[in-house]
Amino acid sequence: MSLLETRDLTAHYRDLQALFGVNTRLEEGDTLAIIGANGAGKSTYLKAISGLIRGHPGSVVFDGEPIGALPAAQIMRRGIALVPEGRRLFPSMTVEENLLVGKYGYENPGAWTVDAVYSLFPRLKERRHQPSTTLSGGEQQMVAIGRALMSNPRVLLCDEISLGLAPIIIRDIYQALPKIKSAGTSVIIVEQDIQQAMKVADRLYCFQEGRISLAGGPTAFTREEIHVAYFGS
Amino acid sequence: MTGLFDTIIQGVLLGGLYALFAVGLSLIFGIMRLVNLAHGDLIVLAAFTILAVVNALGIDVFVAALVAAPLMFAVGFLLQFLILNRTLGRDILPPLLVTFGLSIIIQNGLLEAFSADSKRLSAGALETASISLGGGLAVGVMPLMVLLSAIAVIFALNLLFYWLPLGRAFRATSDDPEIAQLMGIDNRRIFAIAMGVAMVVTTIAALYLGIRANFDPSIGPARLLYAFEAVIIGGLGSLWGTLAGGIIIGVAQTLGAHINPEWQILAGHLAFLAVLILRPRGLFPRAVD
Repeated sequence: MSLLETRDLTAHYRDLQALFGVNTRLEEGDTLAIIGANGAGKSTYLKAISGLIRGHPGSVVFDGEPIGALPAAQIMRRGIALVPEGRRLFPSMTVEENLLVGKYGYENPGAWTVDAVYSLFPRLKERRHQPSTTLSGGEQQMVAIGRALMSNPRVLLCDEISLGLAPIIIRDIYQALPKIKSAGTSVIIVEQDIQQAMKVADRLYCFQEGRISLAGGPTAFTREEIHVAYFGS
Repeated sequence: MTGLFDTIIQGVLLGGLYALFAVGLSLIFGIMRLVNLAHGDLIVLAAFTILAVVNALGIDVFVAALVAAPLMFAVGFLLQFLILNRTLGRDILPPLLVTFGLSIIIQNGLLEAFSADSKRLSAGALETASISLGGGLAVGVMPLMVLLSAIAVIFALNLLFYWLPLGRAFRATSDDPEIAQLMGIDNRRIFAIAMGVAMVVTTIAALYLGIRANFDPSIGPARLLYAFEAVIIGGLGSLWGTLAGGIIIGVAQTLGAHINPEWQILAGHLAFLAVLILRPRGLFPRAVD
């Protein structure tokens, strides 16, 4: 049994359908990469899993339980945390307060504490009492990842964590992923940067206009196949 | 000169009462951007609740307020959870209409239950007790208690907001309700708790309102007006700003009355208008809105 599955997942924004019967599977301990162009439905896919968009109960199955119709707060409590696109830190809070609020609703016993997050991203410790709005984009991304880890989730969903960041910062952030996995967390990353996604993924899905256009191991495809799946023929 | 100084002191003390009226309103607006037009009537409801407890149990008015506070918390929680949460959304009109309707319902309900007669809460000898400051100046113990209570309430709320997990949940929900859900925060429950807390503060305001002056079911809207003015002068969502706003209205009123007794209420409203013209976002607007 997979840890997390989507089964014929559909999603709508009012009258506009954004996902059309998406089937994906995440095995325990794996990293899934979702790639695709802007508007392909990648972020919608993560929103549907995390409960920000609610659908049919059986369209998302976590640990054998249907969770597709649950609200986001309940899904978080079951062990799925989202690092949202654009970081979305709480602007009235300091770095440390942002981390602490990450475990408000649910704290699974596990490796991730405030100190563990600081050892993962040491530069945050120096800035722990700074308002989160005064941080650089890369540091804010680190806080957003740390905040999501604070509940010790079984699945971490990362939405475009490299977007708008300098390559050296992206490298730092991606270097943290193996440590997150080794702490027992499975990961789904949504990325536009194909190279970065392929480096860390155990399994790759390419989305195109709300449908899966390619699925498999990251080394199973030629550059040409990925290009066609990404942009269309 | 002593007379003017005394007038300002009395104004500052009166400001404490207006701040207590306003803190609940400020709290609710700060957390859920809800403008509660029934706030003044809820203060009056709390005053009648304290009166009912005093009459039923024959206990001291301060002890009665301690009994009324959890009752009012429950009223606030249920009101938010069952009714007001349904009105929240992008459109600001539904909560305004519903709380306006609620205001009318509370007024008429109180009229049915307690009649239109003026009522008063009695604090015994405390009502006339005063402390001499020397030089012919004295402050009443009750007005001083009101101001100190307002400061204590705001201090306690700030402790809650900045030091307790529940306070962080309030702030997270205020900052970004969608992302707050991803922290496992149930916004509807958080809003209901916030309204409950606001009603506890309202009970404290009601206690002093009832001791200071007569009250009847119709006086809620005027208390709402003072509360609004204090909140807007202070800057929306800022609790210490709300205290400053209350004090500005209080001082303006006593100064107005010092010049001409008929100018008391007018002077408070003029001070409000002056701040609105000079600082439309209030004196201490929140950095993030």
